[in-house]
Amino acid sequence: MIIETSGLRKSFRSRAGRDVKTVEAVRGVDLSVAEGEIFGFLGPNGAGKTTTLRMLATLLEPDGGSAVIAGADLRKNPGEVRRRIGYVAQGGSTWDDSTGREELVLHARMYGISKAEAQRRAADALNTFELAEYADRKCKTYSGGQRRRVDIALGIIHQPKVVFLDEPTTGLDPQSRAHMWGEVRKLQQMGMTVFLTTHYLDEADALCDRLAIMDHGQIVAEGTPADLKQEVLGDVVSVQLQRDVPRAADLFGDTDFVRKLETTEQSLRLYVEDGASVIPHVLRTLDAEKIAIDGIELHRPSLDDVFLAKTGRSLRES
Amino acid sequence: MKFLRDTWLVFQRQMQLLLRNPVWVIVGITQPLFYLFLFAPLMSKALGQGRPLSQGETYQLFVPGMLVMVALFSAFSGFGIIAELRAGVIERNRVTPVSRVALLLGRSLRDVVQLMFQAVLVTLLSYPFGLRIAVGDAVLAFLLVGLMALLLSSLGYALGLALKSEDAMAPLLNTLIQPIMLLSGILLPIAMGPAWLQRLADFNPFSWAVSGVRALFAGHPGDDSVWQALAILTPLTVIALIVSSRTFAKSVR
Repeated sequence: MIIETSGLRKSFRSRAGRDVKTVEAVRGVDLSVAEGEIFGFLGPNGAGKTTTLRMLATLLEPDGGSAVIAGADLRKNPGEVRRRIGYVAQGGSTWDDSTGREELVLHARMYGISKAEAQRRAADALNTFELAEYADRKCKTYSGGQRRRVDIALGIIHQPKVVFLDEPTTGLDPQSRAHMWGEVRKLQQMGMTVFLTTHYLDEADALCDRLAIMDHGQIVAEGTPADLKQEVLGDVVSVQLQRDVPRAADLFGDTDFVRKLETTEQSLRLYVEDGASVIPHVLRTLDAEKIAIDGIELHRPSLDDVFLAKTGRSLRES
Repeated sequence: MKFLRDTWLVFQRQMQLLLRNPVWVIVGITQPLFYLFLFAPLMSKALGQGRPLSQGETYQLFVPGMLVMVALFSAFSGFGIIAELRAGVIERNRVTPVSRVALLLGRSLRDVVQLMFQAVLVTLLSYPFGLRIAVGDAVLAFLLVGLMALLLSSLGYALGLALKSEDAMAPLLNTLIQPIMLLSGILLPIAMGPAWLQRLADFNPFSWAVSGVRALFAGHPGDDSVWQALAILTPLTVIALIVSSRTFAKSVR
């Protein structure tokens, strides 16, 4: 495990007038992230994702708990953790009047890398992230997507083992978002473990090997996107029929692969573990019984269904 | 070694950005220059207390005050750090193993260099008005002023990091700097004032600094006020550097 945390906690005191309130932002997070995976933190704004990430990146001191990142102890040896991780903040990290190349060279040198080596790495990173063309222009002239790519290049200029990305695609247009997913996968191919936060369901689904769903400072579910969805209710195969719905229902009512069966006037809904493998069987059975089919659909549960099942709220609403 | 290298890295970057947009260096001395050219000529009679001073003597009294005034403006460094904070640059620096003291010192040294340039410029521009000072005395005077800049700019950074907002910073700085300025005898020697004002000014380290710089411009490097100013400013600067680099190390959001 390249990241292991146990009981990580953080609370903040906020003041409104004379009232001092303690907000428990993170209340006991236990996590293990395997080397080389893209691990995602999914949850609504204010769930404690960023706070957890900032603790792991040594920017915030935890109130309690422990963590070992890339072999270094977060509490005892934050300096060593810093050397082994990269961190890309949500709000950007470049200075308007500096050029992308200047930022990269300086940032590399802050890790103790020599000037010549820093320049070589900056040039490499500019190529990798398709920024070579703008390398010597001031950052204020960059587009949102270009600027975000510089942020990522900065985060990995010292070749860390783990890179933390806080909401890497928030605020980007759809095209830049798709581009950014490609960049994140590129980091994984380079051999890095990627730990990202997101509140986009599709992003967590498409990008992450494993994810943890966070709500109110706690992890409410953890697993691969597919497992999480399976765990909740499985796939739904719905078959549209012109008639013979009751007869069709009898055919599948007692089979062991159907967890639950619902009927409407003109359709049959089968809750199954793996819809794709069930469909051929359903088609063959109905055909053998000469029951005419209008259509067949496979509905896979979304992560929103998972969130709903775990928290009683929809992520889209919260 | 690492600390020196880190400080140099931060300093280099800050200098590069300063030179890219040097207009602030000039803007920073416009106010003292206005005082020097439009206000100092009024002072020859007032300062002389009966016997009108020569132009050279007037400037000898007035230029040190202006140098300290420019040094006091170093506290406005805090505005720059708020912009850097907002851009995410400080957080990006803090996630690297770079020395926290270097993050502060590299920036403050840039402010010192800027102030030195301004101080030399103000002094040279006063030469045509008859100001004369020995090179050795000038170097010592600039050292005192540089120490003040280091002290105030590091405090400015700490304040900026603590307040995180220009809207909170501007009124606070004005409220702090105004009495400090008036109580350091920048425009008129505080010795001309009533006793209670002088006692009050004794609590203002910058009042001691102005006296020290004035003694040097008057050609008295052996005057008590010179070592007194050094003895007061040096520990204060060290304390300010320690306190401010702690704010760089601490959480920033």
